[in-house]
Amino acid sequence: MNQRIAFKLNGQSVVYEGSAADRLLDVLRQTYRLTGVKCGCNEGECGACSVLIDGHLANSCMVAMGRVANCEVTTIEGFSQTKRFEVLERAYAAVSAVQCGYCIPGMILASECVLARHPHPTETEIRSGLSGNLCRCTGYNAIVQAIQIAAREGEGLW
Amino acid sequence: MKPISQSVIKKDHLAKASGSAIYVADYDPGQMLQGLILRSPHAHARILSIEYPELPKGYFAVDYRDVPGINEVHIVKDDTPVYANTTVEYIGDPVMMLVGPDERELKRLLPQVKVEYEVLPPVIDVRDGDTVFFDYHFGKGDMDAALAQADQIFEETFETGYQEQAYLEPQGLIADFNQGKITVRGSMQCPYYVHGALAKAMGLPPDKVRVIQDVTGGGFGGKEDYPSILACQVAVAAYKAQGKPVRVIFGRREDMEFTSKRHPSLCTYKAAVKNGRVTALDAKVIFNAGAYTTLSAVVLQRGIIAASGVYDIPALKVHGQAVKTNTVPNGAYRGFGAPQTFFAIEMLMEHIAKASGEEPLAFKLRHLVRQGDETSTGGRYHFPVPLPAMVEEVRQMSDFDQKRRLYAQPQSGTTRRGIGISLWFHGAGFTGSGERDIIKAVCRLHKFPDGRVEILASQSDIGQGIKTTLCKIVANELNLLLDQVSYDNPDTDRVPDSGPTVASRSLMTVGELLRRAAIRLRSQWQEGKDQTVEEHFKEPDFVIPFYIDKFQGDAYPTYAWGVCAVEVQVDTLTGFNEILSTWASFDVGTPIDLNIVTGQMEGGLLQGLGYASMEQMAADSKGRIRNNSFSDYIIPTSMDVPLMKVKLHVEPYPDGPYGAKGAGELPLVGAAPAYMSALEQALSGPIYHIPFSAEDALKLIKQSRRAEA
Ligand code: FES
Ligand code: FES
Repeated sequence: MNQRIAFKLNGQSVVYEGSAADRLLDVLRQTYRLTGVKCGCNEGECGACSVLIDGHLANSCMVAMGRVANCEVTTIEGFSQTKRFEVLERAYAAVSAVQCGYCIPGMILASECVLARHPHPTETEIRSGLSGNLCRCTGYNAIVQAIQIAAREGEGLW
Repeated sequence: MKPISQSVIKKDHLAKASGSAIYVADYDPGQMLQGLILRSPHAHARILSIEYPELPKGYFAVDYRDVPGINEVHIVKDDTPVYANTTVEYIGDPVMMLVGPDERELKRLLPQVKVEYEVLPPVIDVRDGDTVFFDYHFGKGDMDAALAQADQIFEETFETGYQEQAYLEPQGLIADFNQGKITVRGSMQCPYYVHGALAKAMGLPPDKVRVIQDVTGGGFGGKEDYPSILACQVAVAAYKAQGKPVRVIFGRREDMEFTSKRHPSLCTYKAAVKNGRVTALDAKVIFNAGAYTTLSAVVLQRGIIAASGVYDIPALKVHGQAVKTNTVPNGAYRGFGAPQTFFAIEMLMEHIAKASGEEPLAFKLRHLVRQGDETSTGGRYHFPVPLPAMVEEVRQMSDFDQKRRLYAQPQSGTTRRGIGISLWFHGAGFTGSGERDIIKAVCRLHKFPDGRVEILASQSDIGQGIKTTLCKIVANELNLLLDQVSYDNPDTDRVPDSGPTVASRSLMTVGELLRRAAIRLRSQWQEGKDQTVEEHFKEPDFVIPFYIDKFQGDAYPTYAWGVCAVEVQVDTLTGFNEILSTWASFDVGTPIDLNIVTGQMEGGLLQGLGYASMEQMAADSKGRIRNNSFSDYIIPTSMDVPLMKVKLHVEPYPDGPYGAKGAGELPLVGAAPAYMSALEQALSGPIYHIPFSAEDALKLIKQSRRAEA
């Protein structure tokens, strides 16, 4: 049964016509062709599909479309247009925290959430903020360092 | 630090960070058909018949009868069928593929395919195996005399489990058959392996086969051999689809349960000790190959060549077997057989030392190989062995001696701590003469009239940064800016075969070839001209030729070295352990990029620690693997190793680019025994297997309590 679900996607008002039970991940990738949102497991275990819903980190594979009605959804495509992304991206670059890249869109959004909550995060706060996002390549050290650098360089942004 | 080691922004950084990099699953699905594989539910059975339901328009079935060439996947021995023909040999063996435009419809239709089987008895436990795929023997010295003269003889059996590569991007490929030519693209490490497999299965000449690597979300060996199998399956589907591309993307469960993993192993080691020194080692190594041979021969070779670890043991007898079971075929995984044997030798050395009342580290240091010594296969350690200095570094970083002493004291409360250390090497590049006799790498540099240079080679960037490091080398030799040198994802229509992206060879071997090509281009450089230079592999002169039939000679031209210490804390009530810290020193020669190498070392080390304890996967009595999701197969998160310190020790290799040698696999190889040594100290009991679980810890606690009482 098709429904009209209105929400904000990367700053734009959109209306999704489909089932409220459709999964946000599929809709983002297929309907809106936002393929920066990755699928690593499809069952809420890896964080590759992370998006922001009203500023909170969410695994889009576990979110039904009904839940995003009137919400603000931000994917890496939208976030990459921001000043905060620029700071994070440069920090990730400085320590080469991107390896295969598959976890990275999710990681960057998780980093954003860490900094939004703790503009001056401790290492423990960073590690716990990333704990829902698996990375098989880096061993996480570089990502943790990138967030520390971003916190310094982006002083005042968060 | 050499200038070349200075880190740069990786070539693929921004595309990946901004989410604009296109992986195989990201191409518009509207343009292609999807495929879904029907797999055997039995570990061993004869196929009696396959019956298809009436399929809606646009849907079709593909099985062995559709294979236009030979129904075999070319890997090493070609016993893996593209689609099962007469029998199925493991749970998950692909029987057929259903193809059509809508995935949901495919999922609905697939259970309606009726396959009739005659169930046959399977072999699940490797101990029951009666088919030996590969059987190798080698040795040196006088084993009998050493055993006869020994003060003491130790015999122990070690067991290691599966490890799943768990790259974050599951396997996926797209095939397209057009005008008599097959094109396959997607997630892979070795475009030319896939190319060779396709030519055989499709019955096509090489120029009618094209393979393109897309941005690949991790490999770790899991995309070395497996994509050849999947490529043939998808290609056959595309052949039948008449001009429409077909894509298969695995779900996580399908990927975890049915694709290749690290070989479980069983190592029985017997050592003779005379005057406090190990004089002989008799090692029997059994790898569980799974149902087909895939890469087991080469994995086993690397495993057994490392049987005596980093120790100089005068008499050696090694017997290795890869045994068939009716379980998922095991293949390449970072370390390639060596993590199994390093676990065995390191733990054995620990146990011998403890039995003679010596600190394991001191005992190990007394046995180290040195430059000029003979290797297990009668080759030489041609270059300095930096282990003593690296041990010193790790000792200092970790405050090892003091902690080791402290944790040896009786501990009170409900937690116990321990610290352990391990030492290892990784043979850099292909085992034996593979590089010279089989791969024969070729690469090219193409200079455009405007002075930009493109690298033409078949290395896949799977996250290890090879795109960046190869460009750095060429830019450096030609005095160009990094932006002026490019390297695209390999496309076999455009690039020569510079070999697969495996065995920690890409940077060391192909990097050096490109460096030489760049020197040649520099000497012939003509402004404004379009120029191409080509370079072919040549084995370094110092190498003692290796003969695989005798296991004699230099199995590797040089070695990368590793030392790692791990500190753990165990909760004696629950058995759960946590890693407090880990410190490591790695020698991979000159780092071509400090950040990139450090990232490889850290990521590999974490995988090695996961292998030892939390990453648990097993086949049940029917041969089914149930740990097929990230909730049942746990890989380390950012919380699991709160402190990891890695130091690079540089022992340059003269025949690698600027002194670089193999790097990618090293950090994983010997991490497990350091961890287990720490647990042995915390639990005051011996450990003979990994992965080591909380239940195992509780058992050991009980045992040692009983022993105390
Ligand atoms: S794909 Fe959503 S958590 Fe893994
Ligand atoms: S960079 Fe590969 S999974 Fe994180």
